[in-house]
Amino acid sequence: MKFRRTLAVAALGALAIGCAPPQASNDTSGQSEETTGELRVWLFQEASNAAKEAVVDEAKAEFEKAHDGVTVNVEYLPVDGRASRFNGAFNDKASAPDVAEFGNTDLAGYTASNGFADLTADLGSWPDSKDLVPEVLDTATVDGKTYGIPWYTGTRALYYRTDVFTELGLKPPATLDELTATARQIRAAKPDLYGIAVGGKYQFALLPYIWANGGDVAEQDGETWKATIDSAAARAGLSQYAELISEDICPPAACAQLTGSQSVAAFAGGKAAMTIGGDFNRAAVDAGAVKGKYAVIPLPGKTEGSIAPAFAGGNLLGVFASSKKRTLALDFVQLLGGKTYQEKMFGAMGNMPTFTDVQDRVAADDPFLQPFIETVQSGTRFVPSTPAWTKIDAAGVLPTTVQQVATGQLDVAAATSAAAAEMNEAFGS
Amino acid sequence: MAFAHRRDGRAALLYLLPAAVVLLALLAYPIYQLVVISLYDYGQPQASGAAPLVFLGVDNYVTLLSDPRFWDVLLTTVVFAAVCVVGTLLVGTALAVLANRARTVPRTLLFLAALGAWATPTMAGSYVWLFLFDQDFGLVNEALGSLGFDGMRGHSWTFERFSAFGLVAAEIIWCSFPFVLVTMYAGIKAIPGEVIEAAALDGASARRTATAVILPILRPLLMIATIQSIIWDFKVFTQIYVMTNGGGVAGQNLVLNVFAYQKAFAGEQYGLGAAIGVVMTVLLLLITGLYVRAQRGVR
Repeated sequence: MKFRRTLAVAALGALAIGCAPPQASNDTSGQSEETTGELRVWLFQEASNAAKEAVVDEAKAEFEKAHDGVTVNVEYLPVDGRASRFNGAFNDKASAPDVAEFGNTDLAGYTASNGFADLTADLGSWPDSKDLVPEVLDTATVDGKTYGIPWYTGTRALYYRTDVFTELGLKPPATLDELTATARQIRAAKPDLYGIAVGGKYQFALLPYIWANGGDVAEQDGETWKATIDSAAARAGLSQYAELISEDICPPAACAQLTGSQSVAAFAGGKAAMTIGGDFNRAAVDAGAVKGKYAVIPLPGKTEGSIAPAFAGGNLLGVFASSKKRTLALDFVQLLGGKTYQEKMFGAMGNMPTFTDVQDRVAADDPFLQPFIETVQSGTRFVPSTPAWTKIDAAGVLPTTVQQVATGQLDVAAATSAAAAEMNEAFGS
Repeated sequence: MAFAHRRDGRAALLYLLPAAVVLLALLAYPIYQLVVISLYDYGQPQASGAAPLVFLGVDNYVTLLSDPRFWDVLLTTVVFAAVCVVGTLLVGTALAVLANRARTVPRTLLFLAALGAWATPTMAGSYVWLFLFDQDFGLVNEALGSLGFDGMRGHSWTFERFSAFGLVAAEIIWCSFPFVLVTMYAGIKAIPGEVIEAAALDGASARRTATAVILPILRPLLMIATIQSIIWDFKVFTQIYVMTNGGGVAGQNLVLNVFAYQKAFAGEQYGLGAAIGVVMTVLLLLITGLYVRAQRGVR
């Protein structure tokens, strides 16, 4: 009996002092820079990946030719499973690649995990960097340090069905209020169609509504952030968006759970008269039933002639902090993220370049891009750049709020107050 | 005598050693790590070594237990699991009785169908059910519509809270009743004919035979099936995650495991997620312990 008690005490003691959860080491001193060998690159897998691969293969060949003894090994990751791959790479530095493409909304979280190398000085000495669109470069920056080259941006605007609008004698909406009225009118005339396809889980369509109404989800307050989703302006924007998810526009039973790509898919499949879609959705819409029967305008704001601020989405190319081939990796990022290959990527994928001069060049011969460029140039906004945003995003705080309001579970005041409390808790910790 | 006894004990230990090593490595060590992680503020920055570890003690548990949402989800999980367990046992046992009385061909067909459901991977099963009950293109709405229930065309089965839970419960019962069916069928087959015969000779009615003879003999099997079902259904993840699209409209269909996943992995709060895991483990041990005890009392 005595022996058992000793054993139990010893075990408890070991538990208390012996072990802490495992942590990866960030000690890179004494690591020598490698200039040859395999350069590992992670890029995202796209719906039409062959076109992307063709351009990337070209860059790879050019890079290998210029650097003796270097092979570039590109792996394409599915976007959905990215979190576990990136977190795994941050925890096990030996398995991490040297270069990666990543979404700008993930940047704050990755930076908090020491994931990517600070490239501020390197970009400062890179002549091309002065042509990067400043707002876009901001999305690659945390606390004044730049962690990647913006590879392309994604902007959303209003897609609408020209045939339906002509048939019903409608004009494209000039304000957000008009948009609601028009959507209602269309569904009344054509009960098979959603007036506009938007969804409870389509955060990037919700945000412009909040911003256009003069609100925001949170504001920076010194070191920390404070939720402002419960402000009068933000509430107005959120309820205006939630109003779209109603029986006479986009029925909640179908739309409360829609994500962005599902909303666009509904439009592409001919089930909706309008949707909010990105320049990057063009291929998906053209592959659907509505090819040639739609047009795009900037999402209007509150007043006629204004444009609702769009979310500055986009992907960056960065160098892993744990890379032993920093110089090589940076060279590759500057090649693939440089002007020549951005223009090639635009040709292959329609990805909007991040350099002003390249943007102007490609837009000149493509009227489709006009509304998106207008939107970008009228000013874009971004989600709070703090690691807490990852938690808020993962907990689905904003989608839950929209769903609660759209389905009438809570009124907008109660729902946004609860959301603000949850967000403040995340910011606080 | 004592010497032989001790040698027996030593031999037994030796025989148990391989199993013990495997259990320790695969069960005890992860649970130990789970408990340790639950005592720290352990998120992605801590895991990748970018932020210092902070020992919180029981803070994660306090946070969790003072979160009203956790209690909501826990209650939902308990009720939902109870419905699934009862449904599984009823369907499985009823079909076992039926199989016992059916002829060879229908019985074989029943078993083939049941084994098919059993063998279907959870993920695939969930999607098949979703397709069947799809709002616009699902077979069920199509069939109901053509039978004259016009209101069912375009009906969403996953929009309302209870409808969504009902659908998921049906899928869970569908994929877990075969285990009960097979277990109970084997149990019924193993009851010696003489026992039933004796009961009949004593003039027991069919009902009395069932409750006073067959059920007591089947009780140990029933207990195993119940405990297994409780554990499976309490831990359900895939079906809810897939069929209600990650927890339903505004999180109305969250169960504990999906909630833990959201906190721990999607939200990268591994410490808090580990605390939920520990709480779940303790709860399951408690429920199972109480159940086993209650069953002993009956006997």
